[in-house]
Amino acid sequence: MNRQAQAAVLFLVGAAVLHASVTDLYLRYVKAGLRPLLLAAGAVLIVTALATAWYEMREHRKASAGRSGDEHGHGPVSTETATDPGAHEPAHGPGPADGHGHGHREPRVSWLLVLPLLALILVAPPALGSYSAMRTGTALQAPFGYAELPAGDPVPLGLVDYAGRAAYDHGRSLGGRRVRITGFVALDSAGAPYLVRMALNCCAADAQPVKIGLSGRVPPVLRPDTWLEVTGRYTARRAKDPVNGGVIPYLEVSTAKPVPEPHDPYDESWNN
Amino acid sequence: MTVTKEAPPPVRRRDEDDRRGRRGWNFDSPLALTMLLLLVIASQGPIRGALSAPVMQSWMTVFVAVVVQALPFLVLGVLLSAVIAVFVPPAFFARALPKRPALAVPVAGMAGAVLPGCECASVPVAGALVRRGVTPAAALAFLLSAPAINPIVLTATAVAFPRNPEMVLARFAASLLVACAMGWLWQRLGRTDWLRPPDRPAHDGLGKGAAFWGSVRHDVMHAGGFLVLGAMAAATLKAVVPASWLHAAAGNPVVSVLALAVLAVLLSICSEADAFVVASLTQFSLTARLAFLVVGPMIDLKLFAMQVGTFGRGFAARFAPATFVLAVLVSVLTGAVLL
Repeated sequence: MNRQAQAAVLFLVGAAVLHASVTDLYLRYVKAGLRPLLLAAGAVLIVTALATAWYEMREHRKASAGRSGDEHGHGPVSTETATDPGAHEPAHGPGPADGHGHGHREPRVSWLLVLPLLALILVAPPALGSYSAMRTGTALQAPFGYAELPAGDPVPLGLVDYAGRAAYDHGRSLGGRRVRITGFVALDSAGAPYLVRMALNCCAADAQPVKIGLSGRVPPVLRPDTWLEVTGRYTARRAKDPVNGGVIPYLEVSTAKPVPEPHDPYDESWNN
Repeated sequence: MTVTKEAPPPVRRRDEDDRRGRRGWNFDSPLALTMLLLLVIASQGPIRGALSAPVMQSWMTVFVAVVVQALPFLVLGVLLSAVIAVFVPPAFFARALPKRPALAVPVAGMAGAVLPGCECASVPVAGALVRRGVTPAAALAFLLSAPAINPIVLTATAVAFPRNPEMVLARFAASLLVACAMGWLWQRLGRTDWLRPPDRPAHDGLGKGAAFWGSVRHDVMHAGGFLVLGAMAAATLKAVVPASWLHAAAGNPVVSVLALAVLAVLLSICSEADAFVVASLTQFSLTARLAFLVVGPMIDLKLFAMQVGTFGRGFAARFAPATFVLAVLVSVLTGAVLL
């Protein structure tokens, strides 16, 4: 890959990262706190691309000015060699540029940078959903304490918050009140429905599911990965996650309605 | 420069370049890039269709997530390494580090505590240190300790293990110990020809600006490519290997330590997040989880790929297994003493 192509790739990667962090696309992959860093990284990549192009152009102009003054003695050299005063070997020399430092092209591994670029621009894969959730055991851990419930009926509550109260406090801190919880649907191999939220610490590679089981008036037909807002009450029923033996508390559902995917699909309450 | 014939006029010269370029592997890369982008955009429908299976989507999400998450830290490391390469005179390191390599190793290891970030930042910085004449043993101690003992990572560890504050101390002590031990080991046994010599054009003839941006460009393209390679490996493991395998390993104390150490290598999680992941594996002993925390920032798939890129294959193939073995041993010892 020569420098013009490198500048193009750097520019595109920088622009893709900037685009993802200006829109909410980045929230599908990393924690919200990474936004300023992503903006800065995208800006640096774009500046690097512009600087590369600018120096390339300047060297090119200088080199062609030098050539027109001295027509003999310079064969058709590639722009690469012509623009690199530090180069001592012709770019078309035997060096395969396979990462052993021959020539001054970057090794072919640089081409791989095109892959995340394409994935981000063209595909923009969705946030982790039911497939990952059902392959991984619930990551529910005992909370340190139970904050006062917010006002309202039903009480809006995070899924992880509810699961912690239900599993480790036997629902005492819920005081029998109705709660409203948002999460996506996952079905186990037997078709039993769970409401899941992926909890994230840094990026989707470390995301782990927290699951609650749904009982009561569950909608008869549920598609995995649909986001639902369910209202219901604590029930003492619980199950063991078949993957890791973790606790899966249940919620006695009274109503359920589909909702659009939230702004931040992951639960980041563990970050604070 | 080769003298072949009379130079043609400028316009013809470009054509000549292109024609020459397409022979052999040295094709014209901007053209190839344009063709590739056009081709992919034209066929995006079928590509999206092929990628709609859940396992592929999950693979892509993890892949993109690892790259996007690591990119800011890679850029930070690359900028730092360019500053070291261009603006810090080699004499500075000669003065800042003790003359004797045996002493320079622990000093460099402790200096790792000031690089805030994860392991993606430390590889380019360590590469720049070596090129600036820092003794490789000290630079390697820095490479290993920086991602594990900086305040951000230790704070994350404390938050992830609220009931076991001794984990923070154990992680700090074990990581620093492994980093120094690897530094001293390199000093005794290492040979310079295993390290690839500096592989970039000398910046001396250029202005400072050109040298700085040239270094940034080179490092991003180079380390970035290897980062992508590592992210692909990590995503494959995350999407394909069933988690239940792990839970079978938790029973046996020896197997559990090895299992988590191998898992740390395979998962390639950022060192700022690994404590949260391993904290949830409660069926494993604290020592096994310590092994995960010590091994992960020092050697994983992504890091291995980046080390190959920065220091060469011969180096990485020797350094990585030695680091792994030492990290596991020190974790077990530290676990026996502290946990």
